[in-house]
Amino acid sequence: MGRFSPDIVDHRLSWNRREFLRDAAGLALGSGLFSSSLWARSGVPQKERKVVVITFGGGARDQETFAPEGQENIPNLMRELIPQSSFFTQVVNRGILGHYVATASLATGVYETINNFASLPPESPTVFEYFRKDLKRPPSDAWVVAPSNGFNRIGESSHRLYGAGQGARVILPKHLLSSATKGNPDYDRLLRDNYETPFFAPTVAGNEFELEQMRSLLKLSVDDFKTHALTLSSPDELSVYIVRRLMKQAAPSLLWITMHDIDIAHAGAYSLYVDGIRRTDRLCLEVWRAIQSEPEYAGKTTLFILPDFGRDSDEDSAGNGFQHHRTGDAMSRTTWMMALGPGIREGVVYDRALDSTDLVPTIGSIMGFSAAQSQGSLIKELL
Amino acid sequence: MPASELKPEQFNAYPPEARKLAVENLRVLKILPLSFLPSLLRELIEYDYKFPAERNALDRELSNLNKLSEEDWKNWFGKFEQIQLSASLEKFDWINQPAQFVEQLSSHLWTTHQQDTFRKAATEYGDRLHEAVPPQEPVAPRLSIVIVGQGVSASDYPLFRKLRPHGALYTNVSPEGGLNILLEFAANRSKAHPEKYAHWYIDGGQENPYDPSLVCISYRALEPARNLLLAKMQKQSEAPGNGPENLRTVMASLRPGDLKLGQAGDPVLSRFELKLLAEGSGTQIFSTTFAQWAARETQRRAQPLTLLVRFAPRQRQRPMSEMLAVSKETPELDPAGSLVDADMGAYYTWLNQQRLTGATQASFLAWFEGHNTAIAIGPAVPRGTISNSATDMKQLLNWTI
Repeated sequence: MGRFSPDIVDHRLSWNRREFLRDAAGLALGSGLFSSSLWARSGVPQKERKVVVITFGGGARDQETFAPEGQENIPNLMRELIPQSSFFTQVVNRGILGHYVATASLATGVYETINNFASLPPESPTVFEYFRKDLKRPPSDAWVVAPSNGFNRIGESSHRLYGAGQGARVILPKHLLSSATKGNPDYDRLLRDNYETPFFAPTVAGNEFELEQMRSLLKLSVDDFKTHALTLSSPDELSVYIVRRLMKQAAPSLLWITMHDIDIAHAGAYSLYVDGIRRTDRLCLEVWRAIQSEPEYAGKTTLFILPDFGRDSDEDSAGNGFQHHRTGDAMSRTTWMMALGPGIREGVVYDRALDSTDLVPTIGSIMGFSAAQSQGSLIKELL
Repeated sequence: MPASELKPEQFNAYPPEARKLAVENLRVLKILPLSFLPSLLRELIEYDYKFPAERNALDRELSNLNKLSEEDWKNWFGKFEQIQLSASLEKFDWINQPAQFVEQLSSHLWTTHQQDTFRKAATEYGDRLHEAVPPQEPVAPRLSIVIVGQGVSASDYPLFRKLRPHGALYTNVSPEGGLNILLEFAANRSKAHPEKYAHWYIDGGQENPYDPSLVCISYRALEPARNLLLAKMQKQSEAPGNGPENLRTVMASLRPGDLKLGQAGDPVLSRFELKLLAEGSGTQIFSTTFAQWAARETQRRAQPLTLLVRFAPRQRQRPMSEMLAVSKETPELDPAGSLVDADMGAYYTWLNQQRLTGATQASFLAWFEGHNTAIAIGPAVPRGTISNSATDMKQLLNWTI
């Protein structure tokens, strides 16, 4: 427990990440590739395909999710979603383990190095910019729903060939609710921040989504928004409410949802961290069911669910277990991903290591655009 | 400034004993790589306020550095030499602000993708140091006691799941007088082995009466300091250019007097209390976080022979901005959630005791306060067993230690 943690216990990932899942969910081990293309298997032409990405955030470890003792926290992923998914047991984030910069890296396919706490756009083109430019899609076809003001620049990069006006529209539901309720304490539970956010509250500026647009685009009056918000219990629930409204009214082809309730872990209360995981588990199923029930999405949507990264392992004395993600140990860098949808092999586990940056080029291949500047590789098991 | 240009007078701002130690070891400090040296100075500058175990470890580390041959030096510091620093880091006043330097170094390492290289270098250094200068064995077997669940009348939460494989679960322990028995047991150990800062009582709420031979810190006793700190944090959050990194820098610059700590006349303890509140994440708002972090830091730094940690209910979760605001109102409590927090805290306390010397002889006891459930771990306790036989706390202690 010294300055440089000389007593680090061997922190190898002691689970055989494939076996624990196979045993629990009766899944098959995936090997080899499909002999036919995703188009042939799904019957959905590229131009009609939609993709929804949920970041299971911010930061969840194996032992509270897919390890045997954690599976009780994710009953919906285990029982409902995993059997329908291709599951990748090792997704390694080799970048900076801060939530904004890591989410930006996921969205660009490049390990971004922007200041996690500065209000800056990603430096490399985002998946939204590739999508819109290559496929000539309008602004209404790519959306991000994110938890806090810090994510308001995630939709488009500062890259000289892309950037302003070419990316995704960004909705910050807490910002909307805050504007709509103006300090009414009845809504405080929905405006909860993680431990660090009160010290980083950048003024939202730019092409953010405002109340008037909520009325016109989502067909949601401020009163109805406020009334429904009273029935919700957390910021991520508020995000999913907005997502469902967005799916119904705008039906974007590329939709990115960033969850963040779990990051309460920074305050050190294990019960709240686990509550966040259970809530996120439930919300993931809710989004999947919305995909199944919305005619614009049913039968043509691929859903990706993945944490932005893990959290420090209990075994690394340099950290304090679940509380933070500061050590850069294997547990904090290694997470999982599931993919569901037409043409995706169901109930299969893939144990090879992926990179976080592999997501963007894979989405590009599914939807028919090129993520030319991404550092990632195609996840061929999905194509 | 390069380390090679270090001069004795540059340590004039250090407290007296730290200054003396730095000057005595100037030859070694001058040849350490800049990716390493400020981490050492961060410890050294605090020397006057360190616990005996920490002083001993630092003395032995410096002594070891003085003995290394040129060849050894390459092995020990070769990887640190490879770390590329920025110009701004090289210009930073790392002599007088080593902790702030290390904060900025950490950010630089992440941004430049050198974190893994640094982590490897640091781990190897720690391993080498551990081998060259093995930490001293304790004068008596260590004991940690964790009391969880205060205020919980009934719970079906499966307590101590992570600990059960390592010891014996007792399901029929008489709770009668349990807390006093445990505190008395800790006090007796303190009198038998009266080393300074070796026997601790940490309470996440209002401390119970205790023997003055124990070092005691409690969440309740620190309430005035916590409120002063929250007010400073609030002020910082309203300052231009605010951010978590700036906040940490401001917190690191605080002195015990800023929070009106230190009135008991123990500068080492008041400095420790300050760091628990100012550097611990969440310790200002959640008593369960405070108790767990205080136990962890006591173990890491003071390496106690006896540690008794009692968790108390934390406040229910509210918007962070509200929890960080100073309020005279009594917050609503969350006993059930606090039990879960404390259960994990008990596991972490055992884990951290296992990282100290003498782990194979150390004992551990956790008890659901006011209830019949306890778990004991120790060299004489069979692992992975359950006992449903009626017993009491004194008997449990006898079996365990």
